Amino acid sequence: MNVTIVDYNSGNISSVINSFKEVAKDKVNIEITSDLNKIKSSDKVVLPGQGSFKSCIDALNNISGLVDALSEFAMNNKKPLLGICVGLQMFADFGYEETKTKGLGWVPGKVSKIDNQNGKYKLPHIGWNQINIVKESKIFKGIENNSHMYFVHSYEFVPEDKNVVSATTDYSSNIVCSVEKENIFGTQFHPEKSDKTGLKIIDNFISL
Amino acid sequence: MLKNRIIPCLDVKNGRVVKGINFVDLKDAGDPVEQAKIYSDGGADEICFLDITASNENRDTIYDVVEKTSKKCFVPLTVGGGVRSVEDINKLLNCGADKVSINTAAVQNSEVVVESSKKFGSQCIVVAIDAKKNGNKWEIFTHGGRNNTGIDAIEFAKKMEDSGAGELLVTSMDRDGTQVGYDIDLMSKISSKVNIPIIASGGVGNLDHLVDGIKLGNASAVLAASIFHYGKHSVKEAKEYLDSKGIPVRI
Repeated sequence: MNVTIVDYNSGNISSVINSFKEVAKDKVNIEITSDLNKIKSSDKVVLPGQGSFKSCIDALNNISGLVDALSEFAMNNKKPLLGICVGLQMFADFGYEETKTKGLGWVPGKVSKIDNQNGKYKLPHIGWNQINIVKESKIFKGIENNSHMYFVHSYEFVPEDKNVVSATTDYSSNIVCSVEKENIFGTQFHPEKSDKTGLKIIDNFISL
Repeated sequence: MLKNRIIPCLDVKNGRVVKGINFVDLKDAGDPVEQAKIYSDGGADEICFLDITASNENRDTIYDVVEKTSKKCFVPLTVGGGVRSVEDINKLLNCGADKVSINTAAVQNSEVVVESSKKFGSQCIVVAIDAKKNGNKWEIFTHGGRNNTGIDAIEFAKKMEDSGAGELLVTSMDRDGTQVGYDIDLMSKISSKVNIPIIASGGVGNLDHLVDGIKLGNASAVLAASIFHYGKHSVKEAKEYLDSKGIPVRI
């Protein structure tokens, strides 16, 4: 089996690579590439993302054919894709970080700044927070409700259809932190930095 | 609920862990990779490496240490010390650091913070503020605490937030290595001035100091070295103590 981590100059992906390799051991081949053919023929795709919504979308668009290849993989061929952090946020129609930017439009909704209640809450939302699992998700197999995950973000994904939400977390408001829509998975938190529980989520995705 | 973080800090010199008293009189105390792994297995919320003398010395050893550590530790890893340029940050991130802390370079040229936070995202840019009290204000020191810039620490903290820093690592130079507790006044003044999280550092001698850093200093995270490093307390003990004082921690 091949799992491809999309390398599109979206910032730091070494932790994602290390964690997937740790979990995959020799059972699964982890490929790190932006090669369109390799992505298309892959069994699973991981879409990481750090920095701003706009910088990640720009970076995706900078690689000719990449957005189409990913859309074909996830939307037409319905193969499993996991978005992490801004990787999840890009599923939305629009993001409002820096300026209004068009997203991939795979999961209707928008990405807007977390309401910090006039400075009462610090932003970014950095650190370990508990997740409330609100629907069964394949990537949460064996994960207890209220498990701690590592977060670092100032923007949140607000999907139109709440049925896609698989987990939320409580900060200044109730924040969507995981979605599952058919074959598309996304986490706002960083499973690659969330210790053993995070590695379990990665294992669940690889084992789908 | 977001938990307060406990961050053991490993001061690294030439690829080995050391911890100085007021940044001099260094003692050798172990292999950073193994230490980091022990801490992450023991429940540390993050690991911090500070390459303390890196401003003046060959620092390539740190890349190797970071690379090895990031393959063993699956909690966030912050690396600082001698980070001068966007390229230095890029190299550390590529080796597996999750965040990079910038000290001297941020003071000399805040554009490094502006540029790097744009390029890599604020989430991985930590500005380390080394401050020392002078009369009724605090002044910024650079080069591992050797140079006084005369810059007001509170104003500088605000400027770093505006430049794109995601977090501030605030160290009291007066307290570092003394084990008499954080400079609470400094922490709370900076915390109320900025809207980004601050990490309190410098002076921890017992577990009550960690409690004070969070409750009185309003720090989001507390960093300590000696109390963990020489086996006085484990991270687990620290967390249980904080929990008993009503502070939210990940247990």
